[in-house]
Amino acid sequence: MITRAAHEMSAAMASGEISSVELTQAHLDRITSVDAQVHAFLHVDTEGALAQAQSVDDARARGESVGPLAGVPLALKDVMAQQGIPTTAGSKILEGWRPPYDATVVSKLKAAGVVILGKTNMDEFAMGSSTENSAYGPTHNPWDLTRIPGGSGGGSSASLAAFEAPLAIGTDTGGSIRQPAAVTGTVGVKPTYGGVSRYGLIAFSSSLDQAGPCARTVLDTALLHEVIAGHDAHDATSIDAPVPQVVRAAREGSVKGMKIGVVKELNGDGYQAGVRSRFEESLELLAKAGAEIVEVSCPNFEYALAAYYLIAPSECSSNLARFDAMRYGIRVGDEDGASAESVMNLTREVGFGREVKRRIILGTYALSSGYFDAYYGSAQKVRTLIMQDFNKAFTSADVLVSPTCPTTAFKIGEKANDPLAMYLNDIATIPVNMAGIGGMSLPCGLAPEDGLPVGFQVMAPAMQDQRMYSVGAALEASLLSQWGAPLLSQIPALVGAK
Amino acid sequence: MSLTYEDVIAKYEPVLGLEVHVELNTNSKMFCGCSTIFGGEPNTQTCPVCLGMPGALPVVNEKAIESSILIGLALNCSITPFSRFSRKNYFYPDMPKNFQISQYDEPICVNGYLDVEIDTDEGIKKFRVEIERVHMEEDTGKSLHVGGATGRIHGADYSLLDYNRAGIPLVEIVTKIVPGTGKYAPEVAKAYVAELRDILRSLGVSDVRMEQGSLRCDANVSLRLIGAETLGTRSETKNVNSLRSVERAVRGEMIRHAELLNKGERVVQETRHFQEESGLTRSGRSKEQAEDYRYFPEPDLVPVAPDAAWIETLRATLPEQPTLRRKRLQSEWSVPDKEMAAMINADALDIVEATVNLGADPTRARGWWLGEISRIANEQGVTISDLKISPTDVAQIVALVAQGDLTDKLARQVVEGVIAGEGTPASVIESRGLKVVSDESALMAAIERAIAAQPETAEKIRNGHIPAAGALIGAVMKETKGQADAARVRELLLTHLGQPSD
Repeated sequence: MITRAAHEMSAAMASGEISSVELTQAHLDRITSVDAQVHAFLHVDTEGALAQAQSVDDARARGESVGPLAGVPLALKDVMAQQGIPTTAGSKILEGWRPPYDATVVSKLKAAGVVILGKTNMDEFAMGSSTENSAYGPTHNPWDLTRIPGGSGGGSSASLAAFEAPLAIGTDTGGSIRQPAAVTGTVGVKPTYGGVSRYGLIAFSSSLDQAGPCARTVLDTALLHEVIAGHDAHDATSIDAPVPQVVRAAREGSVKGMKIGVVKELNGDGYQAGVRSRFEESLELLAKAGAEIVEVSCPNFEYALAAYYLIAPSECSSNLARFDAMRYGIRVGDEDGASAESVMNLTREVGFGREVKRRIILGTYALSSGYFDAYYGSAQKVRTLIMQDFNKAFTSADVLVSPTCPTTAFKIGEKANDPLAMYLNDIATIPVNMAGIGGMSLPCGLAPEDGLPVGFQVMAPAMQDQRMYSVGAALEASLLSQWGAPLLSQIPALVGAK
Repeated sequence: MSLTYEDVIAKYEPVLGLEVHVELNTNSKMFCGCSTIFGGEPNTQTCPVCLGMPGALPVVNEKAIESSILIGLALNCSITPFSRFSRKNYFYPDMPKNFQISQYDEPICVNGYLDVEIDTDEGIKKFRVEIERVHMEEDTGKSLHVGGATGRIHGADYSLLDYNRAGIPLVEIVTKIVPGTGKYAPEVAKAYVAELRDILRSLGVSDVRMEQGSLRCDANVSLRLIGAETLGTRSETKNVNSLRSVERAVRGEMIRHAELLNKGERVVQETRHFQEESGLTRSGRSKEQAEDYRYFPEPDLVPVAPDAAWIETLRATLPEQPTLRRKRLQSEWSVPDKEMAAMINADALDIVEATVNLGADPTRARGWWLGEISRIANEQGVTISDLKISPTDVAQIVALVAQGDLTDKLARQVVEGVIAGEGTPASVIESRGLKVVSDESALMAAIERAIAAQPETAEKIRNGHIPAAGALIGAVMKETKGQADAARVRELLLTHLGQPSD
């Protein structure tokens, strides 16, 4: 049962084949059995999950109508505040903090009857592409435990690939949903900026952060998307418009007559051979399914990474200022006579990891008077140029596509001391965040040279998220008929797993 | 030896710059729904947003935007079609996020002015104070430093933090530099703050209570030699908690600067703290090296782009400017200057106007509010508007006196009864039996009794000694418990005793 898709689990519960409590227990057992190796979870809320499952079972027993994902378990990235549940954002500085409130996404999940199993591992404050920056140790890629599961949301994607959960929530600032999805052979969507509330999402870079759905199939992702999306009065940047009809698009899965633009600059040099070949094959399948493939050029994407590493650190230097030991989290050096300033300094020294400090320093510098225009100001201009590139490209294509990442999963430790090489992993995902549009990654096969999953990225204009689901579902169907079984059926069994 | 004020102005020209912070009286905070009521138990008016909890986000209070636009319009400012919030980054324990959301380079209102008048030996003088900007921001929490000498963070044993104030909407009104006030600088500063306070009150956007901190003034003062073009170094005096203090602080700083400059020393650019007892300032935070607040546009908020039609709707609701209104009422009511000033000082203008609007004679209405009612308010240590007597009550009482249904003496008892909570004037008159005795046969009977009791006095009157009538009138008034109209009693008495009654 745990290897099925979420919508299949839901059907099984509706038909009485299984109860939510049984389904939840099966996933809790799986976590117990494999998570020592994968380390996808930072906290498992056994009691809360079973209680929620029981209440869904009770509602069903009373004959009440429940939502399409009611009773289905989910893994929540530890960056989302959940009332009373330890929430750390992968940082030592928040160790022991239990939020007094629910993020809007969490409220919506609870209202939909989704069962939250626990909180998943991540790079500290979502800064990283490997989960190696977690203060609580790395997560391992279920395809190869010596490799990274992507990041920052490596815990969420690994939990899906390891069948510890059929659904997960991620957040994506520069690729933190899509890159982990790509390297674990799962599906992840960064919705249009403002499509899902950020209230309760511990901010890394406010103008780029976006929560989104993760699952093993395009339809499951769409079902979760509809549960968490929509306007929220608590988030001033949330869009007040109807949620795009993503479930309908995923069910129809049609690309007939659609123009699919291949972004010239997000392919070629620097992209692994197996990544390129799988990507090319996917384009052929889409063409066969009735899409027209065109090439588009986005010349300013070249500057996206550099601009991103000014904007995101600038915003984070300010967003992370609140972690000062005064109101929550750990407190260091609070001895007789210590000043508030000294306690703040020592707490931040001990509480933040190296990558976080690196970005705070970068951002503090970029925002300093005298440097602001040259750094932050220029980066914002680049951002405008990137939006213009997208706008132009979307006049000749309905969606844009590229490989999600230049490579498959790299080895744990391989890039840990080379931040620039690590940053380059997000080169194809960052432009989407800079423009505030939607992006999806779905698996398109294994690279022949290393047998590891390759991700296919679909990008759609703002609030046209349904287009990604149309393309994703069409490609998924074509690939499935080619493979005969989902890609994850090829994942090696985890040692010790039942 | 210290300089006199005359020495200072003989040599130097003061230049002012005034920054006024106003706490808006919105029901909820700038970026969350928490209550803004003053004086709550510490940390009871807080939520994840104003405590800066991880993940919490701000949402702009639309009422605060409306209030800011009203202020800008009343100060003759342009309302910018597009303004933004920025983050002002600095670490301080009473600031939950360690940045303050404030408007920086794109404020909501710019380029206005406020004309103020001061009364001088040379007559009324008018000054125009130009306004640079009006912008919105959130207030910080409050720190209470315990132990140590001065209540400052340095040297304190520990500090307590109250975040009830964190996130209260503030509007900051910043003037351009104000040159050309000469020796009147202190009075102009005071008059500006007073006029601003009256405008804000008339707009109904703030409680403008300086003593509670809902209106706070920072006074920037610098001196330059008369005729010089270059501005001198300024000091910024904070903690000025009354109108009188504004004037004293400016005057004190002018003298302090002049003493330094005369000695060949330089003025340090710094904040100064005004001390109410001494009228002097003490050194605060140095501003010699501009702090780098790393301002950048607040990414959690969208720009403020007020609709032009909305602005015009708000413009149409602007009340009459307080100065103009005062002049109009003074002439309509024919009030002498001194009494007008007394009425303004007593904050009685609104309430008198309301009473007049209900039909009362202006002089009578003013007389009641500033006389008997003010006296009772003083006794109780409250303001006249706190008492349980309304303009409607006073207007009724004035009417009853005019109709002869009440004497002034009886009316005072009615006022007392209404304030004591005994009900409307009519019900106080009823329950206390205060109606004027107008039954003339009853009055005549009382007069007869008075004459019978004091036959010698009556005889004197008959013989033309009119002043003796007082004793008999007094006796009648006593018998009627003051409820008779004394003038009528006099008439009846004199006629009865064969004397002319007028």
